[in-house]
Amino acid sequence: MRITVDSERCQGHNRCYAIAPELFDVDDLGYATATGDGAVPDDLADKARLAVANCPEHAIAIVEEA
Amino acid sequence: MSTTEPRSDKRPVTDWETDWDHTDPAWVANPYPIWESLRSACPVAHTERFGGAWLPVTHDAIHAISYDTEHFTSRSVVVSELRPGDNDLPAPIGIAPPITSDPPFHADARRLLLPAFGPKVIAGYESFTRDLCRELLDAVADRDIVDAAVDYAQDIPLRVIVKMLGFPQSDAEVFRRFIHMILEAVDVPAEERMNEREGGELDAYLDARIAEHLAEPRDDLTSFLLQAELGGEKLHPDHVRGTMVLLLVAGIDTTWSAIGASLLHLATHADDRRRLVDDPSLLDTAVEEFLRVYAPVTMARMVAHDFEFEGCPFKAGDWVLLPFPAANRDPAMFPEADKVLIDRAENRHAAFGLGIHRCLGSNLARMELRIAIEEWLARYPDFELDDPSRVTFSAGQVRGPRRIPVRVR
Repeated sequence: MRITVDSERCQGHNRCYAIAPELFDVDDLGYATATGDGAVPDDLADKARLAVANCPEHAIAIVEEA
Repeated sequence: MSTTEPRSDKRPVTDWETDWDHTDPAWVANPYPIWESLRSACPVAHTERFGGAWLPVTHDAIHAISYDTEHFTSRSVVVSELRPGDNDLPAPIGIAPPITSDPPFHADARRLLLPAFGPKVIAGYESFTRDLCRELLDAVADRDIVDAAVDYAQDIPLRVIVKMLGFPQSDAEVFRRFIHMILEAVDVPAEERMNEREGGELDAYLDARIAEHLAEPRDDLTSFLLQAELGGEKLHPDHVRGTMVLLLVAGIDTTWSAIGASLLHLATHADDRRRLVDDPSLLDTAVEEFLRVYAPVTMARMVAHDFEFEGCPFKAGDWVLLPFPAANRDPAMFPEADKVLIDRAENRHAAFGLGIHRCLGSNLARMELRIAIEEWLARYPDFELDDPSRVTFSAGQVRGPRRIPVRVR
């Protein structure tokens, strides 16, 4: 599982970073990015889904990998 | 004074679909049933009041308008009898950038403010905020009845923003008056408001602080603004002053409303209060749920040019009220939308707006709200509303309790 943040949609609500600071970072302007290559360890999968479900701008997506 | 009694000389609303008024006593007392019935009847209501205004109440419509910066302008974001005149800065800049700005100017004006309000910078104000909360609680420690709004909530955002701007803490009272005037006095006739504005007291105060900071730069938000550049040039002092007005107006009664509404909830819902005291790990979801269900802020737009929206003939210059609190109660978006579930895990609320105008201070507001609840519960794990009849709510586009007498022992 991998997460991606759409920088066009992100408005810096900061919900993802609050929920899962392991998976998201914010830049100096407060916009979110996925940490590293966006890979989600199994034990953080639930947090990743919560981050998606709480983003007011629908800016986060989960990519399931084979 | 922060309490506004709706003016009694206005015609009471009898038909919310065609003659709504967000300053009507029924709306001020309890807007939720009004929005609920409009949602099923006609999702975009209209009124001839305020010179013509529309009212969408579904999450879908409010979302769509928030994103549509082509058909809607932000040059005026407070619906009132006072329409923006020729003296006000025209779009795309507006009177208080970037909240009153439109693309493309908006992005640049916003970008220069964002670094001062990012989550990591705001975390640096946590200890000041925590000390302030304790100081406020200490000041009323000998009382059995405390007003959670007047003695506590209203001072927190006020004094934090005064601290951020680098103004003397003793000037906090000056700002309270202006916030009241600008945001709560929507039903004061336009001429009267204009006269008050032209008094220029706030501008003079801010100009004096700007001059001090120009003469002697400091490590604070005022000097940050004065050193910021837009298009390779330093901001004009008028722009800096406009931005300060925005921070004061947007940052204070909004957050005090959220803190007050949350404490009012805990004062009247002993089960939630005990749960939160017993399990502080619920605080994060509780804060988001309080923000959703008691969202204080309603914004507005003006129609930029004639077009049809959801079958309604929107005309250039019409106001459009954007009640984010109504979006947050839309059952199409939130299961059990009218219930407060402090462990609600999925909560895509719009308390801070949607799209390019997302509340610049949302990280600050959230930090203040969380610490205010934490410190209050640490001091008073047991408290209850003393006299429900004395609870009053603000009128206007920022909704929150202005009197919350609670018994703390």
